[in-house]
Amino acid sequence: MARIELSEVSHSYYAKPKNESDYALKRIQAIWEDGGAYALLGPSGCGKTTLLNVISGLLTPSQGRVIYNGKDITDLPPEERNIAQVFQFPVLYDTMSVFDNLAFPLRNRGIKENEVKKRVLDVAEILDLIPFLKKRAAGLAADAKQKISLGRGLVRSDVAAVLFDEPLTVIDPHLKWHLRRKLKEVHEQLKLTLIYVTHDQVEALTFAEQVLVMYEGELVQTGTPQELFENPTHKFVGYFIGSPGMNFLSCNVDGNCAQVDSVSIVLNDEMAAKASKAKGTLELGIRPMYLEAHPQSVKGSVPAKVKSVEDQGSFKILTVSLSGHTLRAKLPESQTVPQNEAWLRFPTQRTKLFEDGHLII
Amino acid sequence: MKANKKTIGLLIYFGLIALPIYWMLNMSLRTNASILGSFVLFPFDATLRNYIKIFTDASWYMGYVNSMIYVTINVLISLSVALPAAYAFSRYRFLGDKHVFFWLLTNRMAPVAVFALPFFQLYSTLGLLDTHLAVALAHCLFNVPLAVWILEGFMSGVPKEIDETAFIDGYSFPRFFVTIFIPLIRAGVGVTAFFCFMFSWVELLLARTLTVTNAKPIGAIMTRTISATGLDYGLLSAAGILTIVPGALVIWFVRNHLAKGFALGRV
Amino acid sequence: MEKWENNKAWFLILPVFIIVAFSSIIPLMTVVNYSIQDIWGPGQSVFVGTEWFREMLANKRLHDALWRQFLFSGLVLLIEMPLGILIALAMPKKGWKVSACLVIIALPLLIPWNTIGTIWIIFTRPDIGLFGAAINNLGIAFDHTARPLDAWITLMLMEVWHWTPLVTLLAYAGLRAIPEVYYQAAKIDGASAWATFRYIQLPKMRGVLTIAVLLRFMDSFLIYAEPFVLTGGGPGNSTTFLSIYLVKIALLQFDLGPGGAFSLIYFLIVLLFSYLFYQVLQRAGKGEKV
Repeated sequence: MARIELSEVSHSYYAKPKNESDYALKRIQAIWEDGGAYALLGPSGCGKTTLLNVISGLLTPSQGRVIYNGKDITDLPPEERNIAQVFQFPVLYDTMSVFDNLAFPLRNRGIKENEVKKRVLDVAEILDLIPFLKKRAAGLAADAKQKISLGRGLVRSDVAAVLFDEPLTVIDPHLKWHLRRKLKEVHEQLKLTLIYVTHDQVEALTFAEQVLVMYEGELVQTGTPQELFENPTHKFVGYFIGSPGMNFLSCNVDGNCAQVDSVSIVLNDEMAAKASKAKGTLELGIRPMYLEAHPQSVKGSVPAKVKSVEDQGSFKILTVSLSGHTLRAKLPESQTVPQNEAWLRFPTQRTKLFEDGHLII
Repeated sequence: MKANKKTIGLLIYFGLIALPIYWMLNMSLRTNASILGSFVLFPFDATLRNYIKIFTDASWYMGYVNSMIYVTINVLISLSVALPAAYAFSRYRFLGDKHVFFWLLTNRMAPVAVFALPFFQLYSTLGLLDTHLAVALAHCLFNVPLAVWILEGFMSGVPKEIDETAFIDGYSFPRFFVTIFIPLIRAGVGVTAFFCFMFSWVELLLARTLTVTNAKPIGAIMTRTISATGLDYGLLSAAGILTIVPGALVIWFVRNHLAKGFALGRV
Repeated sequence: MEKWENNKAWFLILPVFIIVAFSSIIPLMTVVNYSIQDIWGPGQSVFVGTEWFREMLANKRLHDALWRQFLFSGLVLLIEMPLGILIALAMPKKGWKVSACLVIIALPLLIPWNTIGTIWIIFTRPDIGLFGAAINNLGIAFDHTARPLDAWITLMLMEVWHWTPLVTLLAYAGLRAIPEVYYQAAKIDGASAWATFRYIQLPKMRGVLTIAVLLRFMDSFLIYAEPFVLTGGGPGNSTTFLSIYLVKIALLQFDLGPGGAFSLIYFLIVLLFSYLFYQVLQRAGKGEKV
């Protein structure tokens, strides 16, 4: 099977990189356990595809080692690793039938024809491709083509991990759900390690057991969807996950209060203690669904001006301005919506403090 | 390893391309007497005499000038008529469109030899014999269809929605075409101009048939190297080298655009 | 894309139509005119119907020229297509080397056709040409002015030297249009270089290769200047191809009638093949959607 580990992996596309920004990947340390379903989440250009290509061997990293099951395979070419990769748009051999497409990786490796036939039929069964086997691959719809791409990966009996690079990009929206379900079925049946790259947090959070968030070439946080939502260790994770993302207010700490310009927000003791020791830029963070917005003043609340209200059906998004900073609160349908003025309360157990983008408490 | 085999193969191929040209260069730097007298691989007795003769003798250098003139006229005419036509083929369906397009392509494939005599008589009747315009127009026979063909390909890569947006925004057609559309297909215009230049520059049969002295292209003048002592190989070679120079210069200047065109997958 | 339907588009086509019609329809009418008359002096002619056509179609010289022409064009395709593709496969994909390669490769295409002939005349002469001297030094008596075989060999060398770059450039364009992911997937699938060529590169080049075949067949079928300068059609008639024969009859012998008939027959053959190739092109264009 496959336990994949990246040790101190950095990569630059430049022959002679001069500084940090020339690197597409910066000091990546990560472990993907055998049989897990992982998502690699991040905005466009953050290095996800580069990382995937390092794992599969299409790219050799400028620095660092790639280790499969304890064995250093950094210098091994892709065809000798037990991985398969599915790309953003379907890659097929147009002149061949579906059957021959699926058989291709096996025939290249010299597998006997009756074994080839058996494997192809097995995989075609799992992916519902049996009725298409005799047809020319070029004439099929995008989702069928992606299934064939996946099939070419699964057909090799030694495959231990499958890498996906935003595979649903060209699929019709109403078919995406179907394919995602198929992927989950494959995972449960074959117990392979799956690593799924995407910039869509919904895809990542619903598909994966563990999510790795990437930002500007660095692995910012790894955890379950729940952990990432509740305890973002990096400002970017807070911002990227959740819709809308976390609110941030830059502040100074004065005693046991956070000062946002002229407004004071009470912190609990532990937070205040950590904050006073901090040397970098401080920011207060709170998720819209935890930010309380009341129509009139309550204990511990601060006044803010209401800018707009969006009705999203089961909830409303309230946009307010606090001392010139824009905040968003997610209000349940039943709650009264403040009109011109809202009184905001920051529950201390839901409020986070970040120093230079990193979580301190 | 594989990279090395490819590089070696390429270098051998380049060497083979360069060899005949080098040989002509070799000849061009020697006098005819020296050429016939001894066979050497390198022009140790190099002299620029042949080139000087060509540059100073009007009957020679006018050949180049003439060629440049009619080629330029041809490129200008071809581009200016092909652009609107290519646009029409790209954006519109109209009566007979497929047939006209095919008919245009067949002209590109017309045996030029078939047209040699008729052109001669036609332009003679029009009094255009021995003019640059005649050759430029004659070359339109195959260059205009080629231009339309290439430009249409590039234009089809630009979504119609851009046109529609511009018209909604109040652009008149000429203004839209010149200020918005043509910049978008710059690469295509460049490629087309290049190919029109190329095919007009190298064509000989029509250029020679339709000219006498005033517009005689260099290709025809080169045959005048026959003197009393037979062919002057040195002079002939120098003339030949000089016909390669404009083409080489053009391609040198557009090489990066060509490379970019290839990278975009649209040549 | 969905096109607008509007017959006013004809105004945009008009300039092209006029110029090409002027350049092609009027001359063609003249040719047709000649082909059906016997002209022996200015203003003196008699209608002879299809006599010239029958005479030309039975003309043995014409048949010979035609067979020679097919042989020539066939050889051209056989050699230039694989060679051009091979070179395109070897060319670099990125960086300054690409521009440099393009310049060198394109150079033969930009040389006036009569200069091409001149280059090769000089190059193959045993007394002053590198190739000629080298061959003779090896003990082979090579003379393209005397022996038909030598003339053909020289001609083919010149032709391949001159026009393979066109195939190379087109093939290269086709290769560069293939997205990198195809090569990546092939690597993971363990495909050999040959398998990658056969199942990915060749199919994806179908469009450009059809254009290349079309252009090379047509242009080689119409060839005039290079062989004319090199061999003048000789020795004897051994390298007299269709265009050379036509120019001889029409312009030099001034046999307008036979020349006219021949022209039309020639043009019809070309049209036939154009049409066939065009259909193939259309079908290739429709079938290939990456």
